[in-house]
Amino acid sequence: MAKRVLMRGNEVIAEAAIRAGCQCYFAYPITPQAELLEHMARNMPRLGRTFVQAESEVAAISMVHGASAAGVRTMTSSSSPGISLKMEGISYLAGSSLPAVIVNVVRGGPGLGNIAPAQCDYFQATKGGGHGDYHMIVLAPSTVPEAGELTMLAFELADRYRTPVMILADGMLGQMMEPVLLPDPVDPAALPAKPWAATGAKGREPNIILSFDLDPEGLRRMNLELQARYRTIREKEVRHEETETEDAEIVIAAHGTVARIAKSVVRMARAEGIRLGLFRPITVWPFPYEPLRALSSRVETVLTVEMSAGQMWEDVRLAVAERAKTPFYGELGGVVPTPKGILREVKRHVG
Amino acid sequence: MSVSVERMVKVFERPRSLTGAHSTYCPGCHHGILTRIIGQTIDDLGIVERTVGIAPVGCAVFAYRWYRCDALQVAHGRASAVATGVKRARPDLVVFAYQGDGDFASIGTAESIHAANRGENITVIFVNNQVYGMTGGEMAPTTLVGQKTTTTPDGRDPALFGYPIRFSEMIAQLEAPVYVTRQALFDTKRIQETTKAIRKAFTNQVERKGYSLVEVLATCPTNWHMKPVEANRHVAEVVTKVFPLGDLVNRG
Ligand SMILES: Cc1ncc(C[n+]2csc(CCOP(=O)(O)OP(=O)(O)O)c2C)c(N)n1
Ligand code: SF4
Repeated sequence: MAKRVLMRGNEVIAEAAIRAGCQCYFAYPITPQAELLEHMARNMPRLGRTFVQAESEVAAISMVHGASAAGVRTMTSSSSPGISLKMEGISYLAGSSLPAVIVNVVRGGPGLGNIAPAQCDYFQATKGGGHGDYHMIVLAPSTVPEAGELTMLAFELADRYRTPVMILADGMLGQMMEPVLLPDPVDPAALPAKPWAATGAKGREPNIILSFDLDPEGLRRMNLELQARYRTIREKEVRHEETETEDAEIVIAAHGTVARIAKSVVRMARAEGIRLGLFRPITVWPFPYEPLRALSSRVETVLTVEMSAGQMWEDVRLAVAERAKTPFYGELGGVVPTPKGILREVKRHVG
Repeated sequence: MSVSVERMVKVFERPRSLTGAHSTYCPGCHHGILTRIIGQTIDDLGIVERTVGIAPVGCAVFAYRWYRCDALQVAHGRASAVATGVKRARPDLVVFAYQGDGDFASIGTAESIHAANRGENITVIFVNNQVYGMTGGEMAPTTLVGQKTTTTPDGRDPALFGYPIRFSEMIAQLEAPVYVTRQALFDTKRIQETTKAIRKAFTNQVERKGYSLVEVLATCPTNWHMKPVEANRHVAEVVTKVFPLGDLVNRG
């Protein structure tokens, strides 16, 4: 029987990965996700699984490439500067149609930035980041329990679509402690087989796992196949949450930690008679364009709030077009917007 | 006089572990000989059904085509890290990485050294031809002093570009590797020596002994602008002076 425990976001992601059957974890230390690495270091060997502290993020994602090709569930985690280094490997994973889970506990940037929570890697996560025409599924949890649930889901989606999946968290979510109900472990032996994996060509033709084809026609086919898969993902895997949007005149569009803060702003605004709602993408790729489009024709204003200079804002404006006003409020450099600050912005756009 | 077919004995044939796919290497290039040696080794050890090959970026980018085993083609320089991932995930597989000198000893420096330092139970074949073959003959970290390449048109000047790196000697300083050797292919004796070395490097892995590295001095007649025979002589007379042959570590 599962019971509630008080855990930090980083540890919940790590523990959920273990319960999802992650057999191999590779990473390089970086704040603010060190607890994730440490949880894996403590627990993976004990379970007879692989933990390797890699020499760099480049190496870690390359090890993920190998483990994934060998057919096991595998994960790496890092924070912004480290994720930049993983972009090469992520592009290779996408090109090779290999499942993997990558966690980004985002911190302030660019450059070394700082270790405070931020959402400034949204473009990198959702618009490519690495080279080539590829996407990752990107899941953006807004609470500690949800970080655990989405980690379980990430492994499932990665395997189902043979694609890298990113958990886009932030320093706040990583560090925060909340009571969680840990998910039941999956039985790794009961997971669907991976007949494409490099497990030894015994009684079958060799499996060759590539991300290249020098012949443009061949590479075109490979790309078309990827795009077809992305279409299916867009059709089937869009997830979002709406709070108090039924009668809303204005909604906040926010993901992750900011959405969590915005939820309390909704309560505060409602107490003052402002009909405020919240639209929260859970998958930021694929972005919930359709639901937001539908909502935008019923409201006056969609206010995007982010810990960035307006990255998700671009997707919001694509979805809303001219159907509603689309102002933006962002905090930069690791500054977290306060409920009061967000409410002040809301008030500027009503009445 | 006609010879009866029944009386002919096959004394030489393609190793069963090789597919016979059309080679993409230039005539006289040592990559081909090395491929055959690896295929023969996989045959001899009877491991083709549990071998996974890692192809690099470089002239050997198509290496996955030559062998009848599972294979991956991976990012430039990362083959040793990817091999680590495969091997850790499935320790019963026999994993080998096949890497050029640009791949292994330049862009992959960190991945190469640290896989060795962890003592990963893998086999690495490191092909040192002193140039970047695939991209048109630029300077490699192993390019000899004074050697002309497309990016050192006046010859490698150590004041500007440093000296040829003896990477295997660096790896040999580490505690973990069980076997580090430098071999060549310029005559039948060396081919036999290389065959023995590669067999040992694979056997070590099968016996779970740990990390083995076989550096092979190879020719690139195309980018050296030499005839194959001349290129062989160049390895024997010049290259081996900078990169001496023999075992550097043998803890088998
Ligand atoms: C990240 C990256 N940088 C550069 C290249 C271009 N590139 C392809 S092969 C190569 C050099 C290969 O040389 P080497 O490893 O010595 O192998 P060889 O071709 O000589 O067998 C380079 C620089 C690449 N594919 N990827
Ligand atoms: S370019 Fe050089 S290394 Fe590459 S296949 Fe030709 S001869 Fe061999």
